[in-house]
Amino acid sequence: MADKVTNMFRTTLAAASAALTLALSGPALAAGAGGEVTDVEFSFEGPFGAYDRFQLQRGFQIYQQVCSGCHGMKYVSFRSLGEPGGPEFPDEQVRAIAAEYEVVDPNTGELRPGKPSDKFPANDALGAPDMSLLAKARAGFHGPYGTGISQLVNGIGGPEYIYSLLLGYNDKDEEVGSAYLYGNDIYPGGLINMAPPLYGDDVEYLIYGSDAETADYIPPEPTLEQEAKDVAAFLMWAAEPKLVDRKEAGIRNFLMLAVLAVLLYYTNKQIWASVKGKET
Amino acid sequence: MSGIPQDHYEPGTKAEKWIDERLPVVRLAFDFIAVPTPKNLNWMWIWGVMLTVFLMVQIVTGIVLVMHYVPHVDHAFGSVEHIMRDVNGGWLIRYIHMNGASFFFVAVYAHIFRSLYYGSYKAPREITWIIGILIYLLMMGTAFMGYVLPWGQMSFWGATVITGLFSALPIIGEPLQTWLVGGPAIDQATLNRFFSLHYLMPFMILGLTVVHIWAFHTTGNNNPDGVSIRKDDVDTTKRDTVPFHPFYTIKDLYALRLFVLFFVAIVFFMPNYLGHPDNYVEADPLVTPSHIVPEWYFLPFYAMLRAIDFDILFIDSKLGGVIAMFGSIVIMALAPWLDTSRVRSAKYRPMLRVAFWILVADFFILMWAGGMPAEGLIPTISLIGTIYWFAYFMVILPVLGIIEVPEKVPSTVEEAYKSDHPNAPAVGHNGGWIVGTNSGRTDGVMPNATPAE
Repeated sequence: MADKVTNMFRTTLAAASAALTLALSGPALAAGAGGEVTDVEFSFEGPFGAYDRFQLQRGFQIYQQVCSGCHGMKYVSFRSLGEPGGPEFPDEQVRAIAAEYEVVDPNTGELRPGKPSDKFPANDALGAPDMSLLAKARAGFHGPYGTGISQLVNGIGGPEYIYSLLLGYNDKDEEVGSAYLYGNDIYPGGLINMAPPLYGDDVEYLIYGSDAETADYIPPEPTLEQEAKDVAAFLMWAAEPKLVDRKEAGIRNFLMLAVLAVLLYYTNKQIWASVKGKET
Repeated sequence: MSGIPQDHYEPGTKAEKWIDERLPVVRLAFDFIAVPTPKNLNWMWIWGVMLTVFLMVQIVTGIVLVMHYVPHVDHAFGSVEHIMRDVNGGWLIRYIHMNGASFFFVAVYAHIFRSLYYGSYKAPREITWIIGILIYLLMMGTAFMGYVLPWGQMSFWGATVITGLFSALPIIGEPLQTWLVGGPAIDQATLNRFFSLHYLMPFMILGLTVVHIWAFHTTGNNNPDGVSIRKDDVDTTKRDTVPFHPFYTIKDLYALRLFVLFFVAIVFFMPNYLGHPDNYVEADPLVTPSHIVPEWYFLPFYAMLRAIDFDILFIDSKLGGVIAMFGSIVIMALAPWLDTSRVRSAKYRPMLRVAFWILVADFFILMWAGGMPAEGLIPTISLIGTIYWFAYFMVILPVLGIIEVPEKVPSTVEEAYKSDHPNAPAVGHNGGWIVGTNSGRTDGVMPNATPAE
């Protein structure tokens, strides 16, 4: 018995040292420091998280009607708007959205209305960052104690950064040289090029999907907080469209391996019993 | 092939005989898988198998990634996004490859520290140890170049900083850097050659792994008690050992399953945890990230690089840092000759045990310091950490062999095993898998093995 406990202890120790090594890598994640990022609850956090289809639809409306004026999204294809696990716009809606954008045809090099197989256009006119990966490219959570382990339940923190930045305008604007910069508590350095993009009531939330799917859905009021949250969720989807697939596969794999580990534990015990001189 | 007496393959049928006389491949496989392995190995002897498995995982996922990746400064970043979004299962292959590198390093550090604790580097395993260090150096090169390929901000600036180290060398520095990078700055030529080498080096690692295994199959495994197994004849050897299969194959499979459970948790639930957010921004030579850090597994050595922030005689601080960083690994390679103790395992070396655990703590402190901005106390902490690292190898290992009084070492593995498992029979197995397994035995007693005729 004592032996068993020692063995289990050793196994745990080996596992713990692996975990510790990983945990200590946390500081490597520290990126552009700014103000305190608010932790918002999103449906896609944690091992069982999944996107809220209607939230992504609302977030897309904000991207389309506000953000896309300056920000491109060149790695996201129109067709992915209709794929499972995302905003799941109906097919005709995806085609209509694509057609609203002018894209460069890769064969002719000429502008034409977009098709579902195209990607959102880039938008480099004002030097605003492309939004495809923004949620993954912005500072993550690093707690507790700088280990970042809380990401497992809280998510990486990118959407929260976007949310906090959108609510972080503080009117401490300054003119630096020829540029007018806006005061923002969250942006590193406290001054940002982007004028406050959202005020609340910027969009009218529409409902997309079949009557059966949308029967119980009533869009929330487009307050500033709600809009910021929705667009942050949408940008997380844009950066990580396979998140739902990934987490579902993760649960399956984890359970399967856990069962296999139990079987191997007993197999190993049985095999060694004669060497250790133990009853099996 | 191995230098240990063991049961050999006996071709049973005419067909087996026919093949064995022409190409003894089954014989080779049998002797390999049934190699006598000390029966007292503990859970720290799992890492070699973990490393081999993760090398294979990296090679297989890497080959698939290459089918979709484009090594061009304008397309590399986009092609990775193409893999993540459009290639079937591409996100999984890429996240496995990306995090597999981290788990590879977790395993290699556990493996190295196990060797340091149990004196696995000491005679007669010096060549195994040196080859191991070479593998580790190749791993670092491979991982570094692999990190450049996605062509994100941290890829680009990490490459700029690390290749810049070579310019610290006197006279040949600048030309060497230009030659490595393929031009005056990190650009298309750099990406192409890093891609080429990133594909080549894992196969060099694979080749060295074969030699690494060959070397310790010749000397026999070290073990937690550090006593050599007896090699007088097959029967004596059997008292100290068990055949690798099924005893260690099953044990390692169990350990692998637990290790992979951690891996799965990271890959599926927090795949970007070990990466850097800035690497999701495409490389831009005109914008420097505020805080350039390497991947976590380089941080202890990065801390040593930055620890030398002063000139020593004619060596400026930059060259001094580079010497400290590379020297910290070279000095490790010399451990077999710096350690003067007659006793291998720290299990019987009370003073070494203390020094060893300080070294482990030192490693983690350096890792932490390497990830922090070099301000305040960080340079001082890094410097103390660096000094201890070198002192462990250059002072503690040589001196302890003289001043330390080791505890009583058991004379054989059998004796050591008996003290942990009082009921253990002298030979608790009958040759293993091919010769016969233990399944079905319930009396706990095994007669001496009789190899199948």
